[in-house]
Amino acid sequence: MFKIVNKRSLNPTVTLMDIEAPLVAKKAEAGQFIILRTDEDGERIPLTVAGFDREKGTVRIIFQIVGATTEKLNHKSVGECLADFAGPLGRPTETDGLRKVCVVGGGVGCAIALPIAEKLHKEGCEVHTIVGFRNKDLVILEDEFKACSSKLTIMTDDGSYGTKGVVTAPLKEAIEAGENYDEVIAIGPLVMMKFVVATTKPAGVKTVVSMNPIMIDGTGMCGGCRLTVGGQTKFACVDGPDFDGFEVDFDEAMKRGAMYRDFERHSYEETCNLFKKEVQ
Amino acid sequence: MAVNMEPKKHEMPVQAPDVRNHNFSEVALGYSEETALSEAARCLNCKHMPCVTGCPVNIHIPAFIEKVKEGDFEGAYKIISESSSLPAVCGRVCPQETQCESKCVRGIKGEPVGIGRLERFVADWHNEHASENVNKPEFNGHKVAVVGSGPSGLTCAGDLAKKGYKVSVFEALHTAGGVLVYGIPEFRLPKKIVKKEVDTLKALGVEIDTDVIIGKTVTVDELFDMGYEAVFIGSGAGLPRFMGIEGEALCGVYSANEFLTRNNLMKAYKDGSATPVMHAKKAVIVGGGNVAMDAARTAKRLGADVTVVYRRTEKELPARREEVEHAMEEGIAFKFLTNPVKIEGEDGWVKSILCQQMELSEPDESGRARPIPVEGSEYEIEADCVIMSIGTSPNPLIKSTTKGLDVNKRGGIIVNEETGETSRTGVYAGGDAVTGAATVILAMGAGKTAAKAIDEYISGK
Repeated sequence: MFKIVNKRSLNPTVTLMDIEAPLVAKKAEAGQFIILRTDEDGERIPLTVAGFDREKGTVRIIFQIVGATTEKLNHKSVGECLADFAGPLGRPTETDGLRKVCVVGGGVGCAIALPIAEKLHKEGCEVHTIVGFRNKDLVILEDEFKACSSKLTIMTDDGSYGTKGVVTAPLKEAIEAGENYDEVIAIGPLVMMKFVVATTKPAGVKTVVSMNPIMIDGTGMCGGCRLTVGGQTKFACVDGPDFDGFEVDFDEAMKRGAMYRDFERHSYEETCNLFKKEVQ
Repeated sequence: MAVNMEPKKHEMPVQAPDVRNHNFSEVALGYSEETALSEAARCLNCKHMPCVTGCPVNIHIPAFIEKVKEGDFEGAYKIISESSSLPAVCGRVCPQETQCESKCVRGIKGEPVGIGRLERFVADWHNEHASENVNKPEFNGHKVAVVGSGPSGLTCAGDLAKKGYKVSVFEALHTAGGVLVYGIPEFRLPKKIVKKEVDTLKALGVEIDTDVIIGKTVTVDELFDMGYEAVFIGSGAGLPRFMGIEGEALCGVYSANEFLTRNNLMKAYKDGSATPVMHAKKAVIVGGGNVAMDAARTAKRLGADVTVVYRRTEKELPARREEVEHAMEEGIAFKFLTNPVKIEGEDGWVKSILCQQMELSEPDESGRARPIPVEGSEYEIEADCVIMSIGTSPNPLIKSTTKGLDVNKRGGIIVNEETGETSRTGVYAGGDAVTGAATVILAMGAGKTAAKAIDEYISGK
C-alpha cells in the first residue's frame, strides 16, 4: 500500500499529492510516468511524475479531476493509501546537451512540464517557459516556474491573467524574433501540442511532445497505448511517452483518446452521485 | 482392480453451448468421483510409463492414477505436486492431447486415458477437501529472485522454495499469476483457482512483491546487490504484433492482449467495472491460436456476432482442437484461407474489414504450407470491432536495462536449453521471454529446469 503523505489543492480541479513509494522515488526521472489504482477493483491509470524526493522516498503527482478514478483519488486524504503505485515507466525526457529550450505547458500538463524545466535549469540550460490556462483561477505552479525559467510567459484564454491568447502566439513571436531554441518541449492537451508543432515545424525547431494515451498495464504488454509516429506503430509506455512532435499523428491520437468517452462520462457521473449520497 | 476396457475416455461434462456463450462461468465442469474412478481404471499402469516422457514436468502419471483407483485422492495430489506447482491450472489448460495423452498405450486402439481430466479432478478435490498444512521447508541460507509470477516464475519459485531457498517473486502488475490472470479467461481458468495455487506457494514461504517492474523499478544488477544469489527471468511475452495494414489505429481495433487484459485482469466484462471494454455487435478476430480462441469466445460472451479469420485452413489452426471445437459449438464463425488487407473506418471507428482469399502453396520455413493471396478476391466483412491476435514480441524492458544479457534477433533471451542459463552468470530465464508465445506447461517446464540448475549453481559455489 502506498501512503498519501501530502495533499494540496492547486486550483478547484487540480490536486497535488505526494505518495510514499521509495522504490519509485529512487528511480524516477522527469518525463516518466507511474500507474496507480486507488482501490482494489479500481482502474489502472497512468500519471506522469510531477516530482520526487529520493531521500524522503516520495513521488509527486498532480492530477486534474476529469473522471471517476481521479474523482475517487481526490477524495483520499493524507494518511490514506493507494492500492497500487508502480513505476517509474517510460523513458525519461532527454535533456543531454540542450543549452536553450522553450518549455510549453498547457493546463494540468504544466505539472509535467515543471520537473523537465527544473531539470534543464539545474543542468545549466537557458529555459524559457510559456504556460497557458483557461483563466486566472486555473493558473498553477507560477512561482515554481519563475524559479527555473529565465523568461516566463503566462497566457490565459480570457485574458484574466497574464496575456490573453494561446501559447502558440508568444512561441511564434519568440521564434520569429530569433530566439534560437535547441528544442521546444510541449506538454498539454493534444490539440495544444498539435498547434505547437504547427508553429515550430515551418521554422524547423525540433519539438518533443509528451503523449498520454489510454493505457492498461503500462509495461509493454497490452498495446493499448499505441500511436502512429512517422508512419510506424509505437507504444507510449515503452517507446515514449516523449516523441518527436513532427512525426506524431495527433488527429488519430485524439480520436483514439475519445474511444471510451461515453463510458467515462457515465461512470464519472455515477461516482459523483455516490459521493454526494455519502455526504447527505 | 479390473481394467476398464472401454475404448473411449469419459467425456468431460460441460455447460451447454447456448448457455455458456452468455456467461463467464467455467465451461468444463469436472469429473465426479465416480467418473474419476472409472476413468482411472482405464489406465494399464504400464511399466515403461510412456506418458511421463510426454509431460514437460514429468509428473509420475501412472503412480497418481493408481492412487485415484484406490480412492486416495489426497495421495494422488501429493504425487502430482512433487512435480507440478500448479496442478489445478495444468489439468485445465495443458494440451494433453499432444503431450502425455499422445503417448498413452490406450490411445493406440482407442482413446488415451483422460490424464488431464484426472489431474484436474485430483487438484480440485484437494482444493475442496484438504486442510492446508504445507510443511514450510527450513531456510537453507540462500536467496533467489524470480522475475514475473506467470507459470514459469511460479514453478521455478515453488521448486526452489521446496528446497529451502528464500524466494522473492517480483510482479509488474497488481495481481500475481501473469498470463493465467490477464490472458486466460475466467471461463477456461477461474481466477480463484489461480489464487489458490499462488496461496499454496506463499504458504511454502514464497514472497510475492506486486507493482515492481524489474528493469524499471529495480534492475537485475540491483537484485544481486540486494543479496539474491541468482535471478530467474520469466517476464513473459511482450508487445502485441499488428499487421501493418491501414486502419489498425481506428477505435474498435484491439490487440488480443488488450482485449483480454481488460476483461480478465480488470474484469471489464462485469457490470460496474471501473475499466471499460467495447461490447461489439460484430467482432472479427484475426489469427488462429489459443489466444485468438480466447478473444473470440470472450467477445461472444459480451454479445457480439463473432467471426475468426485465419489465413490457412482448419487443419493448420495452431489452437488446441478442444478450444476450436468449443468455439464452434458456441456459434463462432470461421473463415479460413482469409487474410485482412485493410480495416475500413467511419468517423474514426471500425466499419468493416476488407479481406482477401488465400490459397496454400509450398511449405515455408515453419514447415507449414505458405498462404498466398488470390488476385482480385477481396471482399468486405462488416464489423465494428477487430481483434488482432497474431502473436507478440518479447518485452524490451529487461534486455534494455541488463548489460551483457544476450537476446536473439527476435528479442528472445538466449539460454542454454538444458539449464536455462543466460549469457550472464547467475541469471536464468524461461517461458515466453525466451521462446516467444508458447504454452503454460512449456513455460512451467522451463521454470523447473532453471530451478534445478539454480540449485546446482548455488550449492556448487
